[in-house]
Amino acid sequence: METVIGLEVHAQLLTRSKMFCGCPTTFGAPPNSQTCPVCQGMPGVLPVVNRRAVELGIRAALAFDCRVNAACRFARKHYYYPDMPKNYQITQYEEPLAEDGHLEIEVDGASRTIGIQRLHLEEDVGKLLHEGTLETAQASLVDYNRSGVPLMETVSRPDLRSAEEAAAYLKAFRAVLVFLGVSNGNMEEGSLRCDANVSLRPRGSRELGTKVEIKNMNSFRSVKQALEFEVRRQAEALAAGERIVQETRLWDADRGYTRAMRSKEYAHDYRYFPEPDLVPLTIDRAWIEEIRAGLPELPRQRRARFVTQYGLPPYDAEILTQSRALAEYFEAAVREFPQPKVVSNWVMSELLRELGADDEQAIRSSPVTPARLAGLLVLIEDGTISGKIAKEVFEKMRRGGEDARAIVGREGLTQVADEAALGRVIDQVLARSPRAIEDYKRGKTAAAKALVGQVMKATGGKANPGIVNRLLEEKLSKI
Amino acid sequence: MTGTPIHELTEAYRRSESTPTAATEAFLARIARLDGELGAYLTVTREQALRAAADADARYRAGKPLGPLDGAPLVYKDVLCTRGVTTTCGSRMLEGFVPPYDATVIARLTAAGAVMLGKGNMDEFAMGSSTEHSAFKPTRNPWDLTRVPGGSSGGPAAAVAAGLAAGGLGTDTGGSIRQPAAFCGVVGLKPTYGRVSRYGLVAFGSSLDHIGPFARDVTDAALLLRAIAGADPRDATCLTAPVPDYAAALAPGVQGLRLGLPDEYFIEGMDAEVERTVRTAVDVLRGLGATVERISLPATPHALATYYVIAPAEASSNLARYDGVKYGLRVAGAKDLVEMSSRTRAVGFGAEVKRRIMLGTYVLSSGYYEAYYGRAQKVRTLVRRDFDAAFGRVDLIVAPMTPNVAFKHGEKEDPLSMYLNDVFAVPADMTGLPAISVPCGFSAEGLPIGLQFIGKALDEASVLRAAYAYEQATPWRARRPSPA
Amino acid sequence: MITREEVLHIARLARLELSDTELERMREQLNSILTYIDRLRALDVTGVEPTSHAVPLVNVMRDDEVVPPFPQDEMLRNAPDRVGEFFRVPRIIEG
Ligand SMILES: [Mg+2]
Ligand SMILES: [Zn+2]
Repeated sequence: METVIGLEVHAQLLTRSKMFCGCPTTFGAPPNSQTCPVCQGMPGVLPVVNRRAVELGIRAALAFDCRVNAACRFARKHYYYPDMPKNYQITQYEEPLAEDGHLEIEVDGASRTIGIQRLHLEEDVGKLLHEGTLETAQASLVDYNRSGVPLMETVSRPDLRSAEEAAAYLKAFRAVLVFLGVSNGNMEEGSLRCDANVSLRPRGSRELGTKVEIKNMNSFRSVKQALEFEVRRQAEALAAGERIVQETRLWDADRGYTRAMRSKEYAHDYRYFPEPDLVPLTIDRAWIEEIRAGLPELPRQRRARFVTQYGLPPYDAEILTQSRALAEYFEAAVREFPQPKVVSNWVMSELLRELGADDEQAIRSSPVTPARLAGLLVLIEDGTISGKIAKEVFEKMRRGGEDARAIVGREGLTQVADEAALGRVIDQVLARSPRAIEDYKRGKTAAAKALVGQVMKATGGKANPGIVNRLLEEKLSKI
Repeated sequence: MTGTPIHELTEAYRRSESTPTAATEAFLARIARLDGELGAYLTVTREQALRAAADADARYRAGKPLGPLDGAPLVYKDVLCTRGVTTTCGSRMLEGFVPPYDATVIARLTAAGAVMLGKGNMDEFAMGSSTEHSAFKPTRNPWDLTRVPGGSSGGPAAAVAAGLAAGGLGTDTGGSIRQPAAFCGVVGLKPTYGRVSRYGLVAFGSSLDHIGPFARDVTDAALLLRAIAGADPRDATCLTAPVPDYAAALAPGVQGLRLGLPDEYFIEGMDAEVERTVRTAVDVLRGLGATVERISLPATPHALATYYVIAPAEASSNLARYDGVKYGLRVAGAKDLVEMSSRTRAVGFGAEVKRRIMLGTYVLSSGYYEAYYGRAQKVRTLVRRDFDAAFGRVDLIVAPMTPNVAFKHGEKEDPLSMYLNDVFAVPADMTGLPAISVPCGFSAEGLPIGLQFIGKALDEASVLRAAYAYEQATPWRARRPSPA
Repeated sequence: MITREEVLHIARLARLELSDTELERMREQLNSILTYIDRLRALDVTGVEPTSHAVPLVNVMRDDEVVPPFPQDEMLRNAPDRVGEFFRVPRIIEG
């Protein structure tokens, strides 16, 4: 059997105010403290569209190569639920903001293109707290702070073939939104939510099987586990000759299974019609181009450019484009020290030793600025310090926030390249190492290495290893 | 004092012949004396009114009134949200609901110095043409207490007619300002859709809802419109065109104005007295120098049916929020949420509201949307095209306001026969065109008859100007009812 | 003709509890109104654009600016039932 999965992702747009009123979108405020008559759906109120939400939607649409529709409008979707104050949701139906895009995902090194059917804007609902679980609660409590928060809903085509692919899609999707500043993508806070449609069909069949909707997956792990469970459940049912029931199932993360929602709720009939309180939006070329011009390069495009422009291995490019901050760090450093692979090595090994590639905040505020890293690399390049010393200097820079040159100068870390001085040190070492000299003469090259080590030790690691090697060889050959 | 129009009242304040407090007290006294029988008010805001009047007194004493409405005692239909003052929409569902905000029109009139006397009775959620569908009490027609004042804004219309307010605000979704204005013998104006912000108007049919003034005369209607009209960032359907000084533009008369008289507004079954009176009024306009020509608005016979798809559909959606969760009524003892909401709505809504919710839900439901709602929106385009074509030839349309005079309480039991009462009113709501009803005579039984002018979009000035010319040439506004 | 079952279905969608007599009366009245509305079917509307707004406006939007929310207590004041800072509703699942 073949697994067929489509994902519906709701992402909270990074606006300051709500979709249709001026209330703040701050997370974690006291219940019902971030509301007004509009987002509580009081009698007499009217919605007014937040322009920024539309622009963020277009931004995302362009990133997913969607067709942004020249005209779109809002509609009312009706169903009763106490977290939705008007008992209809203002959303987009027949004329969404954008359609027909795609997103590239990578699973096991192979990349696949997943279609995006539509992208539209809508308002979020409030939050319900149950006294116990939804099923057992005798009463529930409603907080409308989230009501009216702007959401972007994106519906993928049923192109995903495994739970792993679904998780990869969600990760890639989130990365794009976060990278573009469209959403903070925070799943714990509910800024990114995902529902899935899952069905199985005989391999080679073009028809879709009966689909089951899975809700309540609120982490990447849940998505993967829930879908794996559901695929297994359906496969076992089909193998046992059972029919799949079209239904909505909830993922129970604690128990690790999906279960059918228990509800006698009458079949939905959303009765969509154009929202009479809002006029249509027309989105002309000029507006789209203005937004496109403000679009940063996407991770995927940047990754490809890092390979072609800087000649980096794909592995390096992949890591360096994990976040906008890291990619910008790398490029800034390369501008000052134009040896991309050297910079890449230092970024990957030293900078990322203590901070995550996607920790934008930490990368931006690292005391080892791109300019300071470049300054350090110049000191290695001109022979002032050795690579080994440089790593120590990097550590000191990380802690103290000083220039490499200042640290090297103050702590006398300059590599000793004075041949006369080194010669004296070598003479002292040779004078107390008669056995090593004998070993050397009997052809043990390892003995020479030991002698170099002793010289380095005697100079506190500051000796230029090239010069030490040459001088030692000269002196040994004369003995 | 309770019989004079606002512009005369405020003129008297200016000349120190009266004060806002004196006028407000006179109106409050009259309300106390007569409203028990009339039923025009749902709430009387006595203390608030006296406070506002005292503030206005001070401004007049200082020689700094806010404008031509400062100290004007007004009644507001109870569908307009008033901060801190119960707003019920004539429904048990919202009994005791106190909005935390003012409708834009209320805020604007308050800023202009108007004094709110109270909240006017209405058909529940503005659904009806008789104010018999108020959940609290019926309003009576001051010309004949056995008859209805029209609706749904029957309370404010009756209050203004009976001298229980100097003017007021109503709403018009399918004739609800103009029809009661005609029945009560006052001026009622429905502006262009979008001319006046709907923010704070409890929605019935959002694409059809309009707010407009009730007034003793056309001058007052012009003053009130100017105060409430204009852009509002809280209403995305509100127009930003500048607001003219309507009162200043009333004088020129109808000389040379081209009036269209639509054939479709004289129908079979219409009251002969009404038809005769309206035709006489048209002759008066001709005598004043207007040219009158017959025109045709062929989609008119379909307008009412279209209205009874669109308005209930939007209403079913707008009224979904009354579920006992956030405000208003909640029945006790329900075992779960669905039962609580279904019972609350069963108890909280009256028969007419339920009927429209059911009808609206039906026409939007799966499988019927295209046949009803989709089709109605297209017929709405046809209705609009008729008017576009007519306005290529004429400046204004003149027509009867209603097919009959005010009927008796309980006379129209059958919903459909009630609906037919608004047949001449509905097209202006569907097209959003400005329209006014101005008194044009009385039936043999002494009941008022209304003359309607419909204008081009945003051309309230011409509508008011024609109504003014007619009003000034005729004696009707001098006649007042004497209830009790 | 709208059937009793349809009326029941619509009443459920509209969250209206109807008594048996109300249901029957509603059926009759809806049928009478729908018969009147059915005159629209005779009209040819092919190629006619629907009108959903009486105003020819597009792109009315607001800037993304925060307006201070209403005081919590003011927004909870009309609640038929509340617990502390929350609105309270009876159990959501039927049963
Ligand atoms: Mg959605
Ligand atoms: Zn709000």
